[in-house]
Amino acid sequence: MTDASILVAALRDPQSLPLETDWTALIAMARAEQLLGTLAYRLDGLPVPEIVARLFDDARSSAEQGRRIALWEAEMARRTLTPLGCPVVLLKGTAYVAAGLSAGRGRSIGDLDILVPRASLDAVEAALLAAGWEWVKPDPYDDVYYRRWMHELPPLIHRERDRMIDVHHTILPPTARSSPDAAALIADAVPLGNGLSMLSPTDMIVHAATHLLADGDLSGGLRNLWDIHCLIDEFGTAGLDARARHHGLSPAVLRGGRQAHALFGTEIPASWRGWDPLDPWFQRRLLARDGWGRATRPATRFGFYVRSHWLRMPPAMLARHLWTKWRRS
Amino acid sequence: MKHALSVRIGPVGFRIGSDWRAPIEQLTDLYRDYPTAPIADYTVRLFASRAWRRWVRPSVTIGGDYMLPEAAPLPLSQGLLAAEMAMNLQLALGHRRHLLLHASVVERDGRALLMTGESGAGKSTLATLLAAHGWRFMGDEFALLDGETGQIHAFPRLISLKGTSVAAATSAWPDGRFGPLLAGTPKGDIRHLVPPVDAIARMDEPAIPALLLFPRHGFAADTREVPASEAFVRLTQASTNYVALGEAGFAALTGLVRAIPARAIDYPDGATAIRQVEELWART
Amino acid sequence: MRYRAPGADALIATDLDHFTALFHRTSGITHLLASPAPEILATLTTPMTLDELMAALVRDYALADPDRAALSARLDELIASGLVSPA
Repeated sequence: MTDASILVAALRDPQSLPLETDWTALIAMARAEQLLGTLAYRLDGLPVPEIVARLFDDARSSAEQGRRIALWEAEMARRTLTPLGCPVVLLKGTAYVAAGLSAGRGRSIGDLDILVPRASLDAVEAALLAAGWEWVKPDPYDDVYYRRWMHELPPLIHRERDRMIDVHHTILPPTARSSPDAAALIADAVPLGNGLSMLSPTDMIVHAATHLLADGDLSGGLRNLWDIHCLIDEFGTAGLDARARHHGLSPAVLRGGRQAHALFGTEIPASWRGWDPLDPWFQRRLLARDGWGRATRPATRFGFYVRSHWLRMPPAMLARHLWTKWRRS
Repeated sequence: MKHALSVRIGPVGFRIGSDWRAPIEQLTDLYRDYPTAPIADYTVRLFASRAWRRWVRPSVTIGGDYMLPEAAPLPLSQGLLAAEMAMNLQLALGHRRHLLLHASVVERDGRALLMTGESGAGKSTLATLLAAHGWRFMGDEFALLDGETGQIHAFPRLISLKGTSVAAATSAWPDGRFGPLLAGTPKGDIRHLVPPVDAIARMDEPAIPALLLFPRHGFAADTREVPASEAFVRLTQASTNYVALGEAGFAALTGLVRAIPARAIDYPDGATAIRQVEELWART
Repeated sequence: MRYRAPGADALIATDLDHFTALFHRTSGITHLLASPAPEILATLTTPMTLDELMAALVRDYALADPDRAALSARLDELIASGLVSPA
């Protein structure tokens, strides 16, 4: 049975891809793993069939547009939240593109994820609500559930821009077995120069590994693993294990490192490399995708849903307050 | 997948896979005059939500590169419709090569007439009627606007006829090739019509847009000029990828609404509509 | 408070009859603006206070009866749209 090995090989070593590749299968897999933009950048400049080159051009433009929109969402959050004076840390995709990291190249970015001190949550929530964000689900049960059990506010969506923001106060739900040191995440965050910051390199890798392994069901598996690969490639592993231990997340980080090493050839210390009995199973799940883009093991099926983004004109701007009216009022 | 088909419609290649033979056989027959796509732009999958659902009360889940969570499964007898919906969905959600306008398009002398509007406005029926009166049919669902050239590319997929338009199309196209009648679909009774021979043979010929119409069926004949700003806003709402295209979409769409006249036409019946269209066309 | 608008290279404007279609490159958002919003954006080449902006609009657009409250309301809308930010 086919699996996502050809996608992994294409990302790991683009030169290795033969021209007679099953491109339709590769593209379907990459789309299903939300890695088409990343793949398009990895293969940029290499000889590929014309149809594929065109699809990759489109994927790169699409990723570039996604990058702008993500950065703009961060900018609007910055304008709303910096007056509060509390630290605001960008997480995941938005942080990668804001810092120009290789993990951000071509990456699809969904919601805006930010980390703020728990003590500032109420003020952050009030400021966002006052600036046009609204609750996605006005269900009091969900609300209580989120506030009590989750590591984030219930998701908010901006009523004009139709973009979601997830406000986290730590990187794992309080119900999880490990409890990361949220204060340290914020204290060691790296300023981006505009009032926002991103996690320190080690914390960023810890978070990416946590996201892959501890938080949910390997969702977005290969893409998250690619994040880990790029981050380790860029920042190395110095101090990583110690930091992961501090957060109680060493197992996730080491496993993430082992999987990235096995699939993408990521440089990790020799002492990390011994596989445990579960590693082969994780690898199979990460690769569980066939040439039709289907999840091949129902237990590991991930959903890939796209919300269509309709243009929303700022209603107050549209057809109101003509010059003449302004002069008359 | 077990059963598969490759087909190219205008500039877009599809690979369609199915757990069942029947939908692929129907598609293969209806699309027999189309070229295949050696590399597909989009993959479509028709599959059983559970393994046993292949045989017991089989229902077709619509999937592919791009999916919508709310796309409910259809009974196997409507597999053809499921495939067509899935193909549209791939374009609507995934396509970036062109600005997609939810519009029907016909062509004459290398110039394109675009018709857009809400479902039921009659843009599809009008395109079919005009195609029977000397116009080349370019598509009844999407107009593909190339931002670099300003040209409209044809996307002449099967024409999906609903309700009473089936009878109208049968009389306009007595020799037309029709798919099976799909009764009781979520969209009512549906029958697919293979586009005219020249629509398929010439599907790689783009056209320069010349006129934009917003038709409305069921009203006394009337024509109204539509200002460029209104046409722009309506077309952003009739486009599934305007926002995703960013600056390129803005340039393409403002370019279009500034270059060609836009008219809203109300029409009581097909014959009147054709007269109205011909009159407007003569003046462009 | 001073108001700041994006630089000219961040905006692409096209006139569509009585409106201005404006593409804001930084955000990827399209705006359809009616006067006086395009004039405000064109005038805010450097950050200005409300009074400075008002004076510049009166000067450049021969505004007959300037209304400070109305201008302030338009600026609030432009801030909500993201096109103007407090400097």
